[in-house]
Amino acid sequence: MTTEAVTITVKRVAGSRNLLTAGVLVAICLVFTVLSPFFLSQANWINTSTTMTQILLLGIGQTYVIIARGIDLSAGATLSLSGMVSGAVMYNLFAPYDTVPEGTAALVGIIIALAVGLLVGLVNGFLIAYLKIPAFVATLGMLGIASGASYLLTNGQSLSGIPPIIGEVGNHNVVGWIPVPVIITAVVTVIAWYVLSQTRFGERTYLLGDNPDAVIRAGVNDRRHLLTVYAISGLLAGLAALVAMGRLSTASPTAGSGAELQAIATVVIGGASLYGGRGTIGGTVLGAAIVTVLLTGLIIIGVPPFWQVITVGIVLIAAVFLDQQKEIRAARK
Amino acid sequence: MSLALRDVSRTFGGVRALTDVSLEVNRGEVVGLVGDNGAGKSTLLKIVAGVIQPTGGDILVDDLPVSFHSPHDAREAGISAVYQDLALAPQRDVVSNFFIGKEMLRSGFAGKVLRRLDRPVMRQRVVSELNRMKTTLPNIDAEVRYLSGGQRQSLAIARAASWCERVLLLDEPTSALGVAQQAEVLSLITRVAETGIGVLFVSHQMADVLAVCDRIVVLRLGKVVAQINAKTTSPEELISYITGAATPLNTDTTEK
Repeated sequence: MTTEAVTITVKRVAGSRNLLTAGVLVAICLVFTVLSPFFLSQANWINTSTTMTQILLLGIGQTYVIIARGIDLSAGATLSLSGMVSGAVMYNLFAPYDTVPEGTAALVGIIIALAVGLLVGLVNGFLIAYLKIPAFVATLGMLGIASGASYLLTNGQSLSGIPPIIGEVGNHNVVGWIPVPVIITAVVTVIAWYVLSQTRFGERTYLLGDNPDAVIRAGVNDRRHLLTVYAISGLLAGLAALVAMGRLSTASPTAGSGAELQAIATVVIGGASLYGGRGTIGGTVLGAAIVTVLLTGLIIIGVPPFWQVITVGIVLIAAVFLDQQKEIRAARK
Repeated sequence: MSLALRDVSRTFGGVRALTDVSLEVNRGEVVGLVGDNGAGKSTLLKIVAGVIQPTGGDILVDDLPVSFHSPHDAREAGISAVYQDLALAPQRDVVSNFFIGKEMLRSGFAGKVLRRLDRPVMRQRVVSELNRMKTTLPNIDAEVRYLSGGQRQSLAIARAASWCERVLLLDEPTSALGVAQQAEVLSLITRVAETGIGVLFVSHQMADVLAVCDRIVVLRLGKVVAQINAKTTSPEELISYITGAATPLNTDTTEK
């Protein structure tokens, strides 16, 4: 085979990876449609798409991190902590929301949630990029710290006393079909796609994951870049916390527990490589859709909820296995 | 001359790695640097590349003394190096690899505010640079991992030469390659020199050094034992200097 032919094949393979993921998604949807008449209902669409926003927001942050050859195990715990700190501040400062307008209280809460997420991300990035602590260890430690801290705030209780407007907006569906969180997530997704695939920052994220030494030798400030990547993941976890609060009208210390598994599964199902340098936002969107449809579909057909986590775990391992087999076959050719 | 070393020495602890090394690399000239393991080739290369600093002697660039405190200083002075690991990103295409750390942005709002890469211009630049060095890569949109070893080496050399103004340092560029690929890389080295860049070519392979170099500097135990005109020497003569069988009496036999 000439190199030109190889390249064309490679491009086809890369494109076909997303096509394959989309095919699996359609197949899963078909199975659920057959198993339950409720699957294609408006109510299930709204529930599924809103659930997907939280998974996709964490997945997008995780996409950047994984492409840069890292991992963020603290994403779910960061979500919990951002929501709890935000909820606690709004409740303790402003409840019962008669001294200041509800909107102002909510705005403060929004800023706090994003700030807490960003701060956790910056701490992760600092530990990993500057103190050279392996990403797995740093973010595993942060998982413990952030989830413990979110329980501490209220002794493990949920906070339902947040401004009602957050729940109203979070559950509002534009023209009856498009939940507000979906719109927010769509905007974030487009920006994330643009930055990753069209800008110098995105280019360097791929290069850094592919060969860090090459980037460092070229004189790029690799540490600042890595810090930014983890900050993005943290910030998006803060945004995901707001989406979660909006959906449930509650801040809960368990809002993000286990979400890191979903986020990592999302990215890997989307075709990213845990060895860095490979992955796309488009793939992550498809991965998030698969994970979400599995979660909500299993509930609809009456499978006990504990099976959800088991399923996501199996799909994660299967996706990695299949990608590795493909790589091995490609290498043999 | 483009680059000159005058009595450069380097000690590590009490060990003398280099003793009073003097050599020159002129524009458009390929200078071979040969020697046995431990002769000081790597140390010399690292000094010229700014990775380590000499403990004595001077480095002159266009007859002006310079001191390099980092590879960045050396690059600023127009001296770049290609090491054996090549520093390529295997899963990115040739264009991306050509521009690592030097990615070009679009002009105007798209570049300044939206930070958008200018891939068409980057791609065009790669095509014209490869043409200028009269070298070809089968497909510059291919991921580097699908290139052969020789093509990767050629890419790394072309990239460095493209950003390099004076002297290109090559560390064993042909040692891991097959015969056909060695020929490919050697002819690229010749053409890089034809563009007016000086090349310092470190190698173990006598045949390769003799094929492309104008002059060959032999290091032995940290000292220059011979500077030989490559056109008039033989592998046997080189090896006798490298091993110490021949004495350094006829140092500087080359006509300047």
